[in-house]
Amino acid sequence: MVLNRRKLEASFFKGLMIASTLAVVGSLFAVFFAVILKGAPALSLSMITEVPKGGYYLGGEGGILNAIVGSLYLGIGATALALLMALPVALFLQREYIGNSRFGRLTRLSFDVLWGVPSIVYGAFGFIIMLYLGIRACLLGGIIALTLLELPIMIRAMDEVVGMVPRELKEASYAMGATKLETTIKVVCRQALPGLLTGIILAFGRGIGDAASILFTAGYTDRLPHSLFDPVASLPLAVFFQIGTPFPEVQQRAYASAFILLILVLIISVGSRVLTRRFTKYVVR
Amino acid sequence: MDILKAHISVQNLNVSYGEHQALKNITADIPEKQITAIIGPSGCGKTTLLKCLNRLIDLTDGVKLSGQVLVDGVDIYNDKDIDVTCVRKKMGMLSQKPFPLPMSIYDNVTYGLRLHGTRDRKKLDAAVERYLRMGGLWEEVKNRLESPAAKLSAGQQQRLCLARSLAVEPEALLGDEPTSALDPVSAQHIEKTFRELKKNYTIVIVTHILRQARRLADYVIFLYLGELIECGPAENVFNYPKESKTQAYIKGEIS
Repeated sequence: MVLNRRKLEASFFKGLMIASTLAVVGSLFAVFFAVILKGAPALSLSMITEVPKGGYYLGGEGGILNAIVGSLYLGIGATALALLMALPVALFLQREYIGNSRFGRLTRLSFDVLWGVPSIVYGAFGFIIMLYLGIRACLLGGIIALTLLELPIMIRAMDEVVGMVPRELKEASYAMGATKLETTIKVVCRQALPGLLTGIILAFGRGIGDAASILFTAGYTDRLPHSLFDPVASLPLAVFFQIGTPFPEVQQRAYASAFILLILVLIISVGSRVLTRRFTKYVVR
Repeated sequence: MDILKAHISVQNLNVSYGEHQALKNITADIPEKQITAIIGPSGCGKTTLLKCLNRLIDLTDGVKLSGQVLVDGVDIYNDKDIDVTCVRKKMGMLSQKPFPLPMSIYDNVTYGLRLHGTRDRKKLDAAVERYLRMGGLWEEVKNRLESPAAKLSAGQQQRLCLARSLAVEPEALLGDEPTSALDPVSAQHIEKTFRELKKNYTIVIVTHILRQARRLADYVIFLYLGELIECGPAENVFNYPKESKTQAYIKGEIS
């Protein structure tokens, strides 16, 4: 009798887990297919090889190369800049440095709060800085705003994996006479590499897909940027502007742009995993 | 102890974690080129004492320490010119569970050497073979030195850790229950290696296996609740224990 109830419980919760998983995976595919179906008529080679002709707002002509290039510049630039700051912060949050101190806890708390800040706020903040520096909407402004958005995501993800490196593993390195820095770089970073990479990809995906933070800071243009101080287009804003037009053929191009954005994120995620596989096989379990 | 030279000498050592005093006024000599076993029930401070010998204890949060640990007559805590990395270099360490570094077998053995400045590929190659042989692993891995150390079995990993520690050219080896996570065959292998190594190294092991202590130890330190109850040559402590607590522990009445 009791056994039956326990079996029932087990199968009920297993069913719940399956249903939830299917719902999540299903919605991902739903988004993917909706975007493909709606955008398919507008998809063509010229979409990814040409800049818009006769203005993005009216035209069904040309492509969105300006937004693709812009998004790559913004996403990669911001991710690189964020990585440069996030990795030292995450490593500094180790137990050996400030991890368990009051300052360490305060740092973690502040990143938790920053994580929850809406991206439009980063955009507005970036805009204030730009006003102060006297520069107009440009690639650099967009990169700075996106960096701010990506930093807390990257740091918290990295902090988690760096904290999971076994204490004994670090002790083994210290016991051979390694310093904190040597242990951190040669042992901790290598052991945590797959997780660090996940943090980077997570932040990159969030950054390249964000529209609100670059609305004021990066601007929008039909041209390709030639310097850090040129305004730059981006895929999320291409989707946003095109979908807001009254013309069905331009709206189709919005879905096509969204599709291209999805593919871009996919390529970069999978690509970076493959590229770093060589290093991740050494990880100690 | 009169005939044997003390390599490591612990004097009036007190260690506490916050409110909890883990070691109470420990004084003991560890003889050179002998195997010393630190025995006692769990939680008696065995590992803490071991970690004091290479200052790994420094890495523990909120630890307070007083007293002296002399290695070759130099106080490793209070001497002004002491460099903690040099102290640790002198003491090889084997942990309870083997932890290979996240790199290849070759790089595991050369890790310490590279840290301390050896770059010459020929020297590194020679060291890899030499120390893997000393650890008794060479024949098994000589054809796959570039493969990840994590792929080895637990027993092989512990022998790799031993080779890795020896490569730094320490004077002493510290083992924190180094065979407890291994299968019996690998454990025997490590014990056998220890017996060979004591010709050239001072060896200190923490163990909760009395039979292992009997098999290996020349000298024994018995701790109970953070206090040193008895220490001396193994045959004296095991056959003619002076203290009633030591007698009880050896008979298996307290554990």
